[in-house]
Amino acid sequence: MKHYSAFAVAREALRYHTGWERAWRSPEPKKRYDVIIVGAGGHGLATAYYLGKNYGIQNVAIIEKGWLGGGNTGRNTTIIRSNYLQDPSAALYEKARGLYEDLSQELNYNIMFSPRGVMMLAQTQHEIRGYQRTAHANALQGVKTEWIEPERVKELVPIINIDGPRYPVLGALWQERGGTARHDAVAWGYARACSAMGMDIIQKCEVTGVRSENGRVVGVDTTKGAIDCEKLGIVVAGHSGQLAEMAGFRLPLESVALQALVSEPIKPCMDVVVMANTVHGYMSQSDKGEMVIGGGTDGFNNFTQRGSFHHIEETVRALVETFPMISRLKMLRQWGGIVDMTGDRSPILSTTPLGNCFINCGWGTGGFKAIPGSGWGMAQLMATGHSPLTEAFTMDRFKEGRFIDESVAAGVAH
Amino acid sequence: MLTLKCPFTGAMLDETELHCGGEAHRKRFGPGSSDEDFETYMFVRENRKGVHFELWLHAYGIGKWFIAARDTETLEVYGTYPAQTTEPPQDIKDAITAKRPGWSWREFE
Repeated sequence: MKHYSAFAVAREALRYHTGWERAWRSPEPKKRYDVIIVGAGGHGLATAYYLGKNYGIQNVAIIEKGWLGGGNTGRNTTIIRSNYLQDPSAALYEKARGLYEDLSQELNYNIMFSPRGVMMLAQTQHEIRGYQRTAHANALQGVKTEWIEPERVKELVPIINIDGPRYPVLGALWQERGGTARHDAVAWGYARACSAMGMDIIQKCEVTGVRSENGRVVGVDTTKGAIDCEKLGIVVAGHSGQLAEMAGFRLPLESVALQALVSEPIKPCMDVVVMANTVHGYMSQSDKGEMVIGGGTDGFNNFTQRGSFHHIEETVRALVETFPMISRLKMLRQWGGIVDMTGDRSPILSTTPLGNCFINCGWGTGGFKAIPGSGWGMAQLMATGHSPLTEAFTMDRFKEGRFIDESVAAGVAH
Repeated sequence: MLTLKCPFTGAMLDETELHCGGEAHRKRFGPGSSDEDFETYMFVRENRKGVHFELWLHAYGIGKWFIAARDTETLEVYGTYPAQTTEPPQDIKDAITAKRPGWSWREFE
């Protein structure tokens, strides 16, 4: 792998950019790997990366039905934050946020991490109490967040309307080191680093079956033939249920569509991420100047990556009231992704009833922010059988009633 | 946008008039049941890519619950029927079989 640097750009400029090599190889699958990861999205690639980097397991294949980073990794609104209420969540998301800080240097790939600050507006008395509680919880967890008053909100976001008629802004939960990153680059950076370690990223290869012997996984059937493995990691988000069925177990998940949209690019007007959970919308401005907008999930099970128009209308209506100046913005694109929701709105990182088969799913509407931490914990779980980061997120927590209840803490989108 | 036919009045209902109540035909388990049964009732979902049955409430209308047989991969609606039943009517089963031969759902097919 050739190192990317300012010098490399200058060198290639002098020879008409003929020396760039492909960022990752696209090999045919081998007969056998130590570890197979199904799903080459952010979480799958990060898992593979930390397996190689932290545990020296480099005979790894990452199998992807579509193309690398083409699922929710390439469809989210790129928000990174770790201001969660529950201790296990805060630990996992803060680990991820911390890793994002110098991920560009580590991967030698510019993921454009921009810690511009994330603000979650409180627009009801209930939310004030909720976010003040979260701010106190974060202080105990070592996550730096603070409660700020409406005047400070207006100072940080001049375009906001803090005394709207229906939902005035009463304050906000502010995380200064939250922000955004380039979502595709996160997948590409991990893919390049995995490929450099000798791992095989096999795209356009669908897993059609999971083979097991004596209650342990021995390999997978794919559209490119059978591949043996010692350990299997299933990291496929919306399609986790299908893979779990192949592996012979069921999951407490439902797959629904989540939509997002971007406006035409405009001049810089908002340099923080603003989330308004009561009115159900969140917005940030991309480096290109587009306003990136997201809202809540659609209300019914759906695998089509298309959503209902009225959900967009609700989101935009809420944001227009909060940011009156965007009322005449034209929207350029709208898209949907399939998110896998658990009963307590927290992910599952777990061993499974099938031996040596592990699953990482249930990230729901907020998986992007967790990619490095999720990969770190999942790699530790797969390599050693135990990870302090993931131990609370097992799939049997539903049977045991040990919920990590972020749906109560967050209300909605997180 | 999803449009469902009300099985009681025959009116075509827009999604904005309705409230989705989640997966239908679940078997209820309460106090005294095993952990597995209670977990299945409370949390485990079929979540099929394909045939799906779910509860809908005509929230801004007659206020009655009904069940929609839908396809989560094509968004096709196979039919709707009142919620006071443990299995879909035969004509809806036939409509599903025509499109998805060999489908099954928990205790019936």
